[in-house]
Amino acid sequence: MDFLQPTSWADALAARAERPDAVAIAGGTDVMVDLNFDRRRPGALLDLGRVTGLREWAVEDGAGGVGGGSTVRLGAGVPYARIIDDLGAQLPGLAMAARTVGSPQIRNRGTVGGNLGSASPAGDAHPPLLAAGAVIEVESAARGTRRIPATEFFTGVKRNALAGDELIAAVLVPVAAGPQQYCKVGTRNAMVIAVSAFACALHPDRKAVGTGIGSAAPTPRRAPEAEEFLAGELESAGLWESRGELPDGLARAFGERVAAAASPIDDVRGSAAYRRHSLSVMARRAATWAWAQYRNDPRKAA
Amino acid sequence: MSTDVGTRTTTTPAGRIGDSALRPDGTLKVTGEFAYASDLWHDDMVWGVTLRSPHPHARIRGIDITEALTVPGVTAVLTADDVPGENAVGLEHADQPVLASEFVRYEGEPVALVAADHPETARRAAARIRVDYEVLPAVTDPLRAMDEDAPPVHRPGNLVRHLQLRRGDPSVTAPVVVSLDFEVGMQDQAFLGPESGLAVPAEDGGVDLYVATQWLHVDQRQMCLALGMPSEKVRLHLAGVGGAFGGREDLSVHVHACLLALRTGRPVKMSYGREESFFGHVHRHPAWLTYEFGAERDGTLVYARARTVLDGGAYASSTAAVVGNAGTLGLGPYRIPNVAVDAYGVFTNNPPCGAMRGFGCVQAAFAHEALMDELADVVGVDRIAIRQLNGMREGDRNITGQVIDSAAPVAELLQIVSDLPLPAEREDEPDLRSLPGAVGNTTHGEGVVRGIGYAVTYKNVGFSEGFDDYSTARVRLEMTGGEAVATVHTAAAEVGQGLITVEQQICRTELGVERVVVHPKNTAVGSGGSTSASRQTYVTGGAVKAACEAVRAVVLERAALSLGREVAGLRLDGEKIVGGSGEVLAGLADVLGEDAVEETVEYRHRPTHAIDPETGQGDAHVQFAFSAHRAVVDVDVELGLVKVVALDTAQDVGKAINPDAVVGQIHGGSAQGMGLALMEEVVVTDGHVRNPSFTDYLIPTILDMPPMQVKVLEYADPHAPYGVRGVGEPPTISSGPAVAAAVRAACGRALRRVPIRPEHITGT
Ligand SMILES: Cc1cc2nc3c(=O)[nH]c(=O)nc-3n(C[C@H](O)[C@H](O)[C@H](O)COP(=O)(O)OP(=O)(O)OC[C@H]3O[C@@H](n4cnc5c(N)ncnc54)[C@H](O)[C@@H]3O)c2cc1C
Repeated sequence: MDFLQPTSWADALAARAERPDAVAIAGGTDVMVDLNFDRRRPGALLDLGRVTGLREWAVEDGAGGVGGGSTVRLGAGVPYARIIDDLGAQLPGLAMAARTVGSPQIRNRGTVGGNLGSASPAGDAHPPLLAAGAVIEVESAARGTRRIPATEFFTGVKRNALAGDELIAAVLVPVAAGPQQYCKVGTRNAMVIAVSAFACALHPDRKAVGTGIGSAAPTPRRAPEAEEFLAGELESAGLWESRGELPDGLARAFGERVAAAASPIDDVRGSAAYRRHSLSVMARRAATWAWAQYRNDPRKAA
Repeated sequence: MSTDVGTRTTTTPAGRIGDSALRPDGTLKVTGEFAYASDLWHDDMVWGVTLRSPHPHARIRGIDITEALTVPGVTAVLTADDVPGENAVGLEHADQPVLASEFVRYEGEPVALVAADHPETARRAAARIRVDYEVLPAVTDPLRAMDEDAPPVHRPGNLVRHLQLRRGDPSVTAPVVVSLDFEVGMQDQAFLGPESGLAVPAEDGGVDLYVATQWLHVDQRQMCLALGMPSEKVRLHLAGVGGAFGGREDLSVHVHACLLALRTGRPVKMSYGREESFFGHVHRHPAWLTYEFGAERDGTLVYARARTVLDGGAYASSTAAVVGNAGTLGLGPYRIPNVAVDAYGVFTNNPPCGAMRGFGCVQAAFAHEALMDELADVVGVDRIAIRQLNGMREGDRNITGQVIDSAAPVAELLQIVSDLPLPAEREDEPDLRSLPGAVGNTTHGEGVVRGIGYAVTYKNVGFSEGFDDYSTARVRLEMTGGEAVATVHTAAAEVGQGLITVEQQICRTELGVERVVVHPKNTAVGSGGSTSASRQTYVTGGAVKAACEAVRAVVLERAALSLGREVAGLRLDGEKIVGGSGEVLAGLADVLGEDAVEETVEYRHRPTHAIDPETGQGDAHVQFAFSAHRAVVDVDVELGLVKVVALDTAQDVGKAINPDAVVGQIHGGSAQGMGLALMEEVVVTDGHVRNPSFTDYLIPTILDMPPMQVKVLEYADPHAPYGVRGVGEPPTISSGPAVAAAVRAACGRALRRVPIRPEHITGT
């Protein structure tokens, strides 16, 4: 097995194009497990660790995000530990999700680019990216850059929209305009793959609600009907402006709609029925917490 | 007499009995320098791998190894035909092939072996072995396996053992009757160092095996039969063991590595990864228990009836002995005049089950403790009080009619745990990590209900039912470089529990010397018995003590002779011969000179006896150890997630030889019991293991395990050396039922199965 170590992004893209048999490796927390279990025997490993640009993040004004506000350009190789330390204010949902990943060792190595590369339905980064309306920037030597909305990125169980000659450059995540929450159920209190997970984001700037469901469908997915329902109810009651209390039962009804959007299975980690049930509880609680945060937001005076 | 060893941290440099002497292996383990069996290395070694059956039940029509042999780097490919001796091993019954010949009876059964210059080469070659299987229907439901017409896993049938126990009046009735059905899932020992060994062929035609195991001599006996070699030629050496918990009582790489080494003439290393480890050792028996208690209106037990079925899987392993415990101890530490118990162990095509910490008592305790709570509620008595009312006391007879002839502090242990301070109430804005779900951020307090549960147990120490349970120790005393050095040699396995520290402490105490060398453990000395059944401090400790006494007697006799005094007045202390009033009479060096004094002693505990086959009556056990737990849990009743807030315990250890080590055993055992209550299960569907990895076989993390209050009682057992009582298993037995009870209290559901899964709590 060859070990390719490009030191620039251009060289990495060139290597990606030349060696279809290579597997890219960032933190290696998925790739090395696969190699150790003999699930993969690639001709080469394409180590992205020396491409320093992948490990940087920056705030960009008015770039790609849906709302036109500022966006965090998160290099594909930024490890979870740095997201937790640096980006809690700008990307609260992703930072909360990052905090639930594995153990300290895994959070030091593992990256969002790698999570997207693996595209597991249980990947913790995915729901908050969906809820925030993130866009994935991928690139190939031959065709240059392509921007794929997170909603279109996951194409099947552990499959994504990446072409064979492409690498993930960055994730463009709108800076949070309102509260975000991430909840993850696992059968122990740390170091656990999600049995089910839910992310939600309030977008008061565009009077919208974002959602992301994890581990309860073949791919991470949004709950569009639940989003429209909640945003609509808030709108019609004038609550975006008044920041009044949530009407009785609204969060519960939202939770039920989130659960309905899932198509979970029974497996060794949990039953389909429990997954659905837990989603409805998490979505209800997350919406309640997010709304309470919105009501107490110091920016409300402005 | 209660001492809180948790706060007694001083260590006297001497490190004698009762001190928390430091472990010689402690620093090495913490710094990562300790050599575990997986670190074994020999310059010209090759690697062995095992090809295992993918089917729970199949007939082997043929095995074609030609392609595997052509892989460059391969040095040997072996099948059942290459086993020179008996192709059968087993702890109690030799019923398990070294390599399957005609049938495979469980998923993961070894079928062939490959040796190659690299483990990856060996694995690839193994994948090229073509095994022609005729897949057969698998018997995977143990209740169904008991039916007359069930297909037999072995001839003549699927019953491994039926223990029948009858005491008192079989037709007695009672005004209050409670009953339940309980189910316990399959737990794994989950030791952190997977199976590993290195076999080195020797010039005499024999073989030296370095291996992580629990009992060198029982391994040796089975290996000699399979290899067709006498014991002088099959020498075992204990390699660094990374935990055991019963999972290393049966053979793993032993015969396989030796077969390959003898065939290739090269040292052969075999090391399992985690996934293979799940198939490479037995698990704790899953159990189906039906219990009924009859009581007076005040809660006094009148009778108990129990029917327990243990799934032994495909081979006997120690199932019969586990049934022995599940039957004779299966009603807990209670006084019950009228008893009917039927305990069964059955064969199925599921993974073989055998020894695991708590050995048959763990499963039973979930049932009898749940039922005791039920009885308390029905008669309207407090859950502590009902246990104290019915709890055994010294002098009582247990359900096999055996007199409990040393302390049985059931009531006191329960009182201690119930009097311990309760954890603080949940804060208004709690840290997420203190809540169910932790940083999963699933609750900020919503749905969280606190529950408290209690449980008490007793467990036999040492081997029971007439087994000749002994240990051998060789102790040598000599002067080296002007200093007295004692060398202690036993074959008793150190598996991480701290036996080598105990051996040193005993030698220091008995011989009055500072320096004690623990000889590497091997079969060059007699058997040390098994490191299981909480027995080593008692039995090997007893052997070391006896060997030291024999050495001391020789030394003092010599001293008496040269000093012209009576032996009776002399003592050995601090490398001096001391007289009756403490006066120094001679140096040890003067007495020993250039000589070494060496004595080898076999030590036996009091004999135990077989039980009557009709009534189950008899003095089956040598000693009993008691413990109680109180668990406090916060349960998110809407999501079914649990945070154990406190897990406090009291245990009688007879005598704490090493107080820190005692508390360590209690912490670890409690965590393992809690793990079974809440998360640890090998999930088996149609004979296939669905979660053979630590990704999905979950064991508690630091965020699942609360800090513990541990109260240690020291009621000496007059029959045991220093009064010790086995320590390692009771915590594993009483912690789980206490946690389960606390969860039931919080969520109000019956929860008649462990591990309790979130969907059991939510009812979804
Ligand atoms: C003990 C343990 C615990 C874990 N716990 C969790 C958990 O709680 N939650 C969770 O979501 N995951 C968990 N994981 C999985 C893993 O840590 C995550 O998926 C992580 O995000 C992977 O990132 P990485 O950088 O290590 O990826 P790698 O292993 O390096 O790569 C993963 C995949 O992405 C591809 N890839 C990586 N970077 C790029 C790129 N720039 N362009 C294109 N393709 C790329 C690789 O080719 C590969 O297919 C755990 C793993 C372990 C070993």
